[in-house]
Formats: sequence, structure tokens, C-alpha cells
Amino acid sequence: MARTIPGVLAAFEHIDAACDAIQALRAQGRKEFTVYSAAPNHELEHALGIETSPVRLFTLIGGITGVCAGVGMTFWMSLDWPLLVGGKPIATVPPYVVFMFELMVLLGSLSTVAGIIILSALKPTTGMAYDPKFSDDRIGIFVPCRGEEAGKLIRMFRDAGSVEVRHAA
Amino acid sequence: MAAIVHDPSRPTQTHHEVTRDVVNTLGTAGRGYFLLLGAAVLLFLVGAVTFVMLLKDGLGLAGYIPPGYWSVYITTFVFWIGIGHAGTLISAILFLFRSTWRTAVYRATEAMTVFAVMTAGLFPIIHIGRQWFFYWLLPYPNQRWLWPNFKSPLIWDVFAISTYLTVSTTFLCVGLVPDVAAARDLMKGWRSKVYGIFSLGWKGTDQQWRHHSRAYLYLAALATPLVLSVHSVVSWDFAMSIVPGWHGTIFAPYFVAGAIYSGVGMVLTLIIPLRKALKLEHMITEFHFDNLAKLTLLTGSILFYAYAMEYFIGWYSANTFEQTTFWRRAFGPMWWGGWTMITCNAFVSQLFWFKKVRTNLTALFVISIFINIGMWFERYVIIVSSLANDYLPYAWDNMRPTWADWGILAGSFGWFSMWFLLFARTFPVVAIQELKEQIPMPRLRKGGH
Repeated sequence: MARTIPGVLAAFEHIDAACDAIQALRAQGRKEFTVYSAAPNHELEHALGIETSPVRLFTLIGGITGVCAGVGMTFWMSLDWPLLVGGKPIATVPPYVVFMFELMVLLGSLSTVAGIIILSALKPTTGMAYDPKFSDDRIGIFVPCRGEEAGKLIRMFRDAGSVEVRHAA
Repeated sequence: MAAIVHDPSRPTQTHHEVTRDVVNTLGTAGRGYFLLLGAAVLLFLVGAVTFVMLLKDGLGLAGYIPPGYWSVYITTFVFWIGIGHAGTLISAILFLFRSTWRTAVYRATEAMTVFAVMTAGLFPIIHIGRQWFFYWLLPYPNQRWLWPNFKSPLIWDVFAISTYLTVSTTFLCVGLVPDVAAARDLMKGWRSKVYGIFSLGWKGTDQQWRHHSRAYLYLAALATPLVLSVHSVVSWDFAMSIVPGWHGTIFAPYFVAGAIYSGVGMVLTLIIPLRKALKLEHMITEFHFDNLAKLTLLTGSILFYAYAMEYFIGWYSANTFEQTTFWRRAFGPMWWGGWTMITCNAFVSQLFWFKKVRTNLTALFVISIFINIGMWFERYVIIVSSLANDYLPYAWDNMRPTWADWGILAGSFGWFSMWFLLFARTFPVVAIQELKEQIPMPRLRKGGH
């Protein structure tokens, strides 16, 4: 069983209260906290100051690799065993565009999925406190901390309008 | 200032109601469900037994008569590939267009896409005769270092279909993960554990959403040109040849429009009973059906134009072979197929100009059956009637389908329905997360963001 990270877990029913709490945390200079929500929400993203995900790089690299694979596969295989069919050129671009396109989409999509997995794995959620209501209708904030700090955070979350705050240890 | 009216594309439920109502559709099923599933499995077994007979005795069991060596199997292959297209249109293209009405129906249509393409993918294998050599279609290093002919549209098709199946399955699974996590959190006992495995550790953290939302956008952007390319490539299986009735530049857009038209027809056939069985009437409303019907009207009208253009160009080309082909399509031995296709597709879809028809579920369901029949016949007529009258008049003959053709066709419906029914009771058929995105969260203070 994974070790539990000690900290404070707060649940919010109201979006503006959750955003206030996030902004208060950021004003304190905290960066190491996690926000849970049932769906992406642009108010939360705005409060968190989230930047665009680098997953697009995976898509781009996968797509370019796919086009190159399409060019390499068709031309090399055609020239490896040159067989004249119907008087057409041995290796030619127009029909091969289909393969370049299909492999671009295929590798672009698969690398995008690999991107979600790799980038999410860089910030593992193992051991972080969680409540099943976060996938339903509540917003959660988990702040890893210890001792006195936890008491201050609990007060701060209550003042912000949290409906439930607890120690996670 | 304009008055604020309720936007019917936005759900009226709360976040909790959405989770509860969708998760309630999972798990225990009634007797009707098992009867349907049993019928689907039975049909599938009919197909499986027929396939075993084909393996044993060969393609001679099917009704191939020279010069036509493409018939019911290729017809059904194109039919199922076409069915898949509406799913990707609704899930990816309408997502990029920010068309919010798609949200309630897209999951079921995306699942339909995956199962339809899975069904279609079996047909080239059934059709090739020596099915155990199907891997010869792939470019793999073999003893003689022989490679496929990349100038052949049939090899384009291998790549297009396998890419389409992979990408649409990926797209479905990526969208499903947060919803499976919601099911995991609401369920108890072993069910929660099973959904826990499929949710891949999803917790809905800010970082997970950050990557997921972006990735979903790019997957939709990649799936959009893909869906248009796949049926274009399928149409080129025909259009790249010089068979009269096949050799037309209009084929790619004509086939794409037909594919979406047939797919929306199948969506209607599936969703109308599904929403009643799963008690989702408050989520999938008259408004959604109205929009689906408008999509059917648009694509049906494009088909109407394409049919008219095919006949017109057949006459205008002054090419005797083209003229004969189209004359025979309307008045030859297969006149009944030609008119079934025109009636069910071009004419019946025009009923959707009337709002009363678009919002009447019984009418929609009946019309959707006509669309399914019409679109199967469209492919049958294009393939069989053109091949029956090719280059050598002394060889002209029409194919006569046998039990081996109908057995495989029935089996394909069973195979598709079996997977769709299993999916509908195992995974959320309405996208919980995307519906919640459209519902404003409660606020402590008055006013909006």
C-alpha cells in the first residue's frame, strides 16, 4: 500500500469559494497543491494560472514521424523490389500521400495518448488524499503540510467557504 | 438587450443528478435486455457457422457469378464502414465546431463507430478467399522480400481502415476514462474495484485535466480529416477502376455524404429505444433528435444531388457504356434495387423538412429503418449492377446471393448488436464529464465569472 502524504483536504460546493481558496494559496506562495474537479472548468484554470499543456508537442512529433514513416516505407519498399504495374512509375508521390496522411494521423494520435500518460505520470497522485465526491459535484483542494501549518490552512479553507475540511495523514 | 432564453442544448440537471442518472444505467439489466442480447448472439452464431463453412468449402458457397466477384461481402463492408462515420462526425467534427447539442449523444455514437468499424474490418478477411493468409495485406518482411503494391487503392484501404479503427477506439477510450472514474466512485464493492482498474488511476486533478482536455482537442483535430479520408479511400476502391458506373470523380464526396447519412440513420435506430430502456429521456430530448434529423436532411439532400448528377453525367458523357449502365440501373434486371436506393435515400430524407416529422420519434424510427435499408441497397446496386455488365457482353450476368451471403450479413448485425448491447450496460453511454462542463457550478456570491 502506498504511503499516505500528510496534508489538508478541503471540499467545496461553490466554484467562486474554491477559486478564492486557490488564489489565497497562491498569494501565500504555495505551488505544491492539487485541485480535484469532476470536469475541466475555466474558472479553476484561471485561478490556478494553468498554462497550455505540452501534450501538443507529442502530437506534433508523432505526426511528423508518421509522415516520414509514410514516405520512407512506400518509397523504400517500392524501390527494394521494382515491379512495373500497369505502366505506372515505380515510386511516385500522389498515391503515396494516402500512406503519409494515414500514418501521420495514426502516430499523431497514439503519441498524443502517450503524452497524457507520460505527462500525468510526472505528477503522480499516489498517496494523495481523495474523496469520491470529487468526481461527482464537489471541488477538492489537497495541500501537503504538517503540524501547525495544517491548522492555519483549515481555518483559511473554512473562511473561504469550504463545506468539509479534514486532516489527511 | 436581447432576452435570455433557455438554451435547449444545455442540460437542466445538477452535477450530482447527471452522475447518478448515468451511473444508474450500468449493471443490472432486465429480461428484455437479455432477450435482445440472446438474439444478437444467435445471429452472430449464424454468421460464425457460415464463416466456418466458407473456410471449409471456399467462396464457391457464396453467389458469385462471373463477371461479378464483388458482391454481398463488399457491399456489407462498405455499409458498416459508412455507419461508423456519423459517430466520428458527431464526436469529433461537431466538437471542433463547439456544437453543444452533440454532448448527450456522442458517446453512444462513438461506441457505434468503433463496433461498426470492427464489424467492417472482418469483411475484407471473409472476402479474400484464403482467409488464413489475410496478413499478406500488410507490408511485413517476408522470405522473398515482396511488398504490397502501394499504388493499389485496396492497400490504401488496409491502412485507412486500420488507422480508423485504432484512432476511433483511442478517442472513445480517452473520453471514457473520467466517466469510468465517476462510476468507480459512486459504486460499491467489486464493481467499484473493476471500474477502478479501467479508470487507470484517474482522479480528476488539475494536471490530469490540463493534459486530457488538450489531448482530446488534438485527437478530435486528427479524427476530423481522418473520417473524411476513410470513406474517400473506400470510394476510390471503385472510382480508380474504369468500370462503368464506378469511374466517377464525384465518388469521394458522394460516399462521405452517404456514409454520414447512413450513420445518422443507425444512430437514430439505436438511440430511440436505448434512451427509453435506460431511462435517459430527460437527457436525450426532442431537441437532440431534431438536430440529428437536420443532419440527416443535409446529407440526404447531398445524396439526392449526387444521384441526380450520376444519371445526368451518364447521359451527358455521350459514353454508350455509362449510358447503358445507368439505364439498366433504373430499368434493367435490378430496377428494384435502383429504385429502393433512390426512394429510401433521396426521397424519404426529404420528409425531414417538416418539424413535425423531425420531432416525432415513431416517424424518426421508421424512417431510420428505411435509411438503413436504402444505404445497404445503394452499395449493392453500385457494386453488383456495375460489375454485372462490364467489358464483355457475352459474360454479362447478375449475381444471385445464396445462404452463405445472407448468413454472413445476418452474422454481422448480430456481432455489431452484441458489442453495442454489452457496451450500453457496462460503460456510460452518455458523457458525464462533458455534460457537467456545460452545467454552471453553484456560486456563493451572485453574478457570473
